[in-house]
Amino acid sequence: MIHSLFLINHSGDIFLEKHWKSVISRSVCDYFFEVKEKAVDPENVPPVLQTPHHYLISIYRGKLFFLSVVQTEVPPLFVIEFLHRVADTFQDYFGECSEGVIKDNLVTVYELLEEMLDNGFPLATESNVLKEMIRPPNILRSVVNTLTGGSNVGDTLPTGQLSNVPWRRAGVKYTNNEAYFDVVEEIDAILDKSGTTVFAEIQGVVEACVRLTGMPDLTLSFMNPRLLDDMSFHPCVRFKRWESERVLSFIPPDGNFTLMTYHVSSQNLVAIPVYVKQNINFFETGSCGRLDITIGPKQNMGKTVEGLMVTIHMPKVVLSANLTATQGNYTYDLTTKVLVWDIGKLNPQKLPNLRGSLSMQAGAPKPEENPSLNIDLKIQQLAISGLKVSRLDMYGEKYKPFKGVKYLTKAGKFQVRT
Amino acid sequence: MSASSAFNDEKGGSSSVGEPEYGHDPASGGIFSSDYKRHDDLKEMLDSNKDSLKLEAMKRIVAMIARGKNASDLFPAVVKNVACKNIEVKKLVYVYLVRYAEEQQDLALLSISTFQRGLKDPNQLIRASALRVLSSIRVTIIVPIMMLAIKEAASDMSPYVRKTAAHAIPKLYSLDPEQKDQLIEVIEKLLADKTTLVAGSVVMAFEEVCPERIDLIHKNYRKLCNLLIDVEEWGQVVIINMLTRYARTQFLNPNINGGGGEKTFYGSDEDEDEDEEEKEKKPYVMDPDHRLLLRNTKPLLQSRNAAVVMAVAQLYFHLAPKAEVALLILFEMISTLYTCGMFEPYLKSFYIRSTDPTQIKVLKLEVLTNLANETNISTILREFQTYIKSMDKDFVAATIQAIGRCATNIGEVRDTCLNGLVQLLSNRDELVVAESVVVIKKLLQMQPEKHSDIIKHMAKLTDNIQVPMARASILWLIGEYCEHVPKIAPDVLRKMAKSFTNEEDIVKLQIINLAAKLYLTNSKQTKLLTQYVLNLAKYDQNYDIRDRARFIRQLIVPTEKSGALSKYAKKLFLALKPAPVLESPFKDRDHFQLGSLSHLLNAKAGGYQELPDWPEAAPDPSVRNVEVKESVRAVGTVTYRDTGALWGPQKMEGSEESDSASGSESGSGSEESGSGSESEESEEGSESEEEEEEEEEKDKKKKKKELKKPVPETESLVTDLEGLSLSDSVLSPATIAPSSVLKNYELLHRITGEGLSVEYCFSRQPFSPDANMVAVQMQFTNSATSDTKNLHMEDVKLQSGMRVKEFPEIGEREPEDIQCTAMAVMGIDFCDSTQAANFQLCTHTRKFFVSIQPPVGELMRPIFLTENEFKKEQGQLMGMNEITEKLTLDAKCRNEHAIVQRVTTAANLSRVPCGSDKECRFAGRTVTSSSLVLVTVATKEEGAAQLTVNCEKMVIGTMLVKDILLALTQ
Repeated sequence: MIHSLFLINHSGDIFLEKHWKSVISRSVCDYFFEVKEKAVDPENVPPVLQTPHHYLISIYRGKLFFLSVVQTEVPPLFVIEFLHRVADTFQDYFGECSEGVIKDNLVTVYELLEEMLDNGFPLATESNVLKEMIRPPNILRSVVNTLTGGSNVGDTLPTGQLSNVPWRRAGVKYTNNEAYFDVVEEIDAILDKSGTTVFAEIQGVVEACVRLTGMPDLTLSFMNPRLLDDMSFHPCVRFKRWESERVLSFIPPDGNFTLMTYHVSSQNLVAIPVYVKQNINFFETGSCGRLDITIGPKQNMGKTVEGLMVTIHMPKVVLSANLTATQGNYTYDLTTKVLVWDIGKLNPQKLPNLRGSLSMQAGAPKPEENPSLNIDLKIQQLAISGLKVSRLDMYGEKYKPFKGVKYLTKAGKFQVRT
Repeated sequence: MSASSAFNDEKGGSSSVGEPEYGHDPASGGIFSSDYKRHDDLKEMLDSNKDSLKLEAMKRIVAMIARGKNASDLFPAVVKNVACKNIEVKKLVYVYLVRYAEEQQDLALLSISTFQRGLKDPNQLIRASALRVLSSIRVTIIVPIMMLAIKEAASDMSPYVRKTAAHAIPKLYSLDPEQKDQLIEVIEKLLADKTTLVAGSVVMAFEEVCPERIDLIHKNYRKLCNLLIDVEEWGQVVIINMLTRYARTQFLNPNINGGGGEKTFYGSDEDEDEDEEEKEKKPYVMDPDHRLLLRNTKPLLQSRNAAVVMAVAQLYFHLAPKAEVALLILFEMISTLYTCGMFEPYLKSFYIRSTDPTQIKVLKLEVLTNLANETNISTILREFQTYIKSMDKDFVAATIQAIGRCATNIGEVRDTCLNGLVQLLSNRDELVVAESVVVIKKLLQMQPEKHSDIIKHMAKLTDNIQVPMARASILWLIGEYCEHVPKIAPDVLRKMAKSFTNEEDIVKLQIINLAAKLYLTNSKQTKLLTQYVLNLAKYDQNYDIRDRARFIRQLIVPTEKSGALSKYAKKLFLALKPAPVLESPFKDRDHFQLGSLSHLLNAKAGGYQELPDWPEAAPDPSVRNVEVKESVRAVGTVTYRDTGALWGPQKMEGSEESDSASGSESGSGSEESGSGSESEESEEGSESEEEEEEEEEKDKKKKKKELKKPVPETESLVTDLEGLSLSDSVLSPATIAPSSVLKNYELLHRITGEGLSVEYCFSRQPFSPDANMVAVQMQFTNSATSDTKNLHMEDVKLQSGMRVKEFPEIGEREPEDIQCTAMAVMGIDFCDSTQAANFQLCTHTRKFFVSIQPPVGELMRPIFLTENEFKKEQGQLMGMNEITEKLTLDAKCRNEHAIVQRVTTAANLSRVPCGSDKECRFAGRTVTSSSLVLVTVATKEEGAAQLTVNCEKMVIGTMLVKDILLALTQ
């Protein structure tokens, strides 16, 4: 299936190649570079390219291109999903997925790739299984290894590989048994000029951090499971239980993992936590424009809105911005034409305002479209959909675990048209 | 030390050569310019005795490979280390070998013997990785060795090794396609494997080697459907895609009669009865296997892996009745109330943000356009209006075309769209205007008579618009519909004639065109103008234009010389032109399987398997019947039956199967198998299963089989409870017990239990929460008329030292559920004694006193020993620890196979490989104290035999001797 993988950095250097079948010359990437040149944004590079003898399927993650070469028919999503899994694994192992980190751990990366695919077909992709075979690097271990001559490679088959619960290794032991769940919701919304909601939905995710001894069997139930729509689960969740009883029943993987993701669809009313009053004008003459933005709280269930930030992609003709902010500060990047206004906490008594003038290139026609505002925000201890975890039960083990649930609402793709 | 200083030198050296500096990890240091000295240094390190130096060297070499640098000249030095003890060095050597073996075939052969040894290693990881590397070395000479290794590994007792064998199959096939037939045999064998680990990989191999051998799937179809949910996600994708193709060949098209549209879908409870009615009304009845597939894949729509979701969606698209597709394909499980307009609620998900990448924008636009209908068009158009203002001009152009398509598809809004587009004509951006003119032109062609005002408006635009394409379009429009604008048209021509010389070529051509048409319809007013234009064109620089002018002059201006054609000039120019069809750029892709690479590229990719059309008549469904008892059996009591007497009928069954398989191709079901009554069939089925087992058992010298995973039918409760016991069915290689030897004991009789009966068996699985415990698997069956709730244990009475791990409380058992059995697993630490564990079994109403007493054979777990190890250990357990007994074997139990069978039934031991065929050896350890238990059965003439048990714990030894004696003599 997957023939080869090339890792390519932002400037177009191939800094890692791995072949699972016979070697393919890296010149195959030239086709890709050609297309990349043409595309302005790296995101605009089409994920699937056809070359005379190969197909190139690529993803763009952390300023890196993961480019895989395929020769025969294969579901493209399969490859894309796998490449993301590779990137996730790097992230998991090294804390980030960047060129520097991969180069520093080249051998570990290579060993990982070797384990993850066999002849181009995925072999082991569960992080728990991989971690038993190839231990993630840490300083303590590398010191110990140099002293004792030990190695980072496991010599027995990870128990997970053979069990029905490949995501969990056997014989886990902790002195403090704890299970934390983070319910994180992102609001995707488009508001139009007048502030009415054109479209809004909530993308939620339940992240878990479970450190429990033995083989616990957990059941997580919600106060209002009917809210959820379009869920996708970690493989550990039992579908049938969800379907019949609307509870999440699972034997958790050890450590951090994403338990489930869900939508709260646009059919339900989505609360929009802030309102935006904006006025952006470009004048026909005088090559200048005015900008006036005010943000205020709307439906935020009595919680404070934090981390408020407004990002505006200005038209190319805007040269500079001369603005005053009543709260926070703003920056205007001349090369990328991005205006960022970092507000911070929203104070309902004194609404933050940004106003001033924009100067434009002399002689250029006024831009046709006003730039839209992208808003970023955070609300702690609130799931905006109203989702609530009612209880977490544990079976199969005797000790009492420490349990905790945290809620967080964030703005996802929150855009205000102007 | 020398190594590290050399390394520093190299670093300096390389950067002076101009190599970029990569990180500070020695493994990725800049040491890779192809200088021989440096490689000498690496060679030295590889030759040293220190593992740490070797490791260092290998790391640097692998880093070179990773960066695409040539390291092939180190081959001899590296290959030497293939047998290195250090596992990390070994792994890195493997990496190197796989990369360069193809280039250095002769030298690579040196390493083969190491792998052959590795294939026999007791550690399954080593066996598997040896096979992986061996099969990855692309050297043709070793094909026979690879073949042998794959065959052997396919019957390995470790599922992981079997999985590796499945992976190796396509490798060998690509190296030597002539091995196909043999490989198919292996695939067939592996397809019958019942572990989820193997399923995905073997289907992958099937797809690559012999996708046309659909007949191999028949017997495994139901098993694959049932296992699907537990297979790892990558395997799921492959299996689903394969099953889609399979279903297309085996089942009837569900949409062929009954109009499809109104069908409800199964799976959701409220529709169950409607569904029944539906079936009565309509002649088409879905094959239960078809339904099984649809049902079992549905939950996978909630997988976290997008590829799985896509695979399921395409399966539904290709296989399910239309109504289900529409409901499920993009948005899972919406209420059934919507039959049309079901996507409307989701319309807004496709609204576009200014930050989306262009290709996403275009795709979303496509979806929006396809979803547009009378009711939602106004919202969509409003949305489109926003897009038109976007800064991304390609996207604006795409939007305008989308508006055009909406306008053609939906008659009601055509005028609105046209008006909107006309407004766009005053846009400042020429591209936008041009695009709208082109679209308007196409729209007007549909009903020109109504829109003369628009044509007039556009005529005015010719003064302003400069984009040639747009000007040309306007001119063409005016020419085409000059009758609708008789006054304006000549005036436009007049203006155009004035500016003719400055126009672009396509505009000039259209001017000539316009002139010609006007001349034909209105020659009085335009005769002179036309001639003027034609004269200008005659001396144009572009020969196309000169040619056109000459051609048109001959055609329209009557002269004495003009031929017959000029009579038809009017017909030629003013023929009614068909309106163009505005269509999606994404059309014409339907013939590829959805979600495939070919579908995306709209071109057939190598290795693409055509999705076959539905068959006219359903092939014989009974070919899949083999599997039925599988599920029943797995849950039910499993006792080994002597199958010796069943050879006759089995043969028949076997041939019958192959008959019907071949019959299925011709589309006629084989009568024999079709007419068999339900019971007969299942009877036959179980026999053939038995036979399979028998054969397997013969194949495998070790006679080990993994415990069959229960494969329940769709009853959700059973599955749930299967889930409960999940944690305890962790398979571990050394403890895989033959399922056939599990013996069930009764814990609670149905009558004493007032309907609740409980059986238990020693599952011989390691009890994962506590390794010192024996796993006891209990099966609860409620045959009473009332519910049993809150099943749990209480009041455990134990001998000192013993411990019990209770099973988790079991919730509701409803009596009406026929298959209402539940499984639970508890662990008991018997302290290596056969004392009973007493406890109370409580339901929400009653309590029952029960006790579990283990046979001594269950107090041990099998271990893997080699012959030498066995002899060594035996040597240490002599004297008091050895018990020998003479016996005469039972008449039925004189062959090796039977002996092994009986001993492993009596005690949880594993077979130790042995050179002589007169002796059978077994080894195990007691569960709590881990004392070794060794059993030897030496056979002599005429059933005489000698049984030897060596065990540290004499009590255990004595009891074990008794049990085994009993087993062998009765």
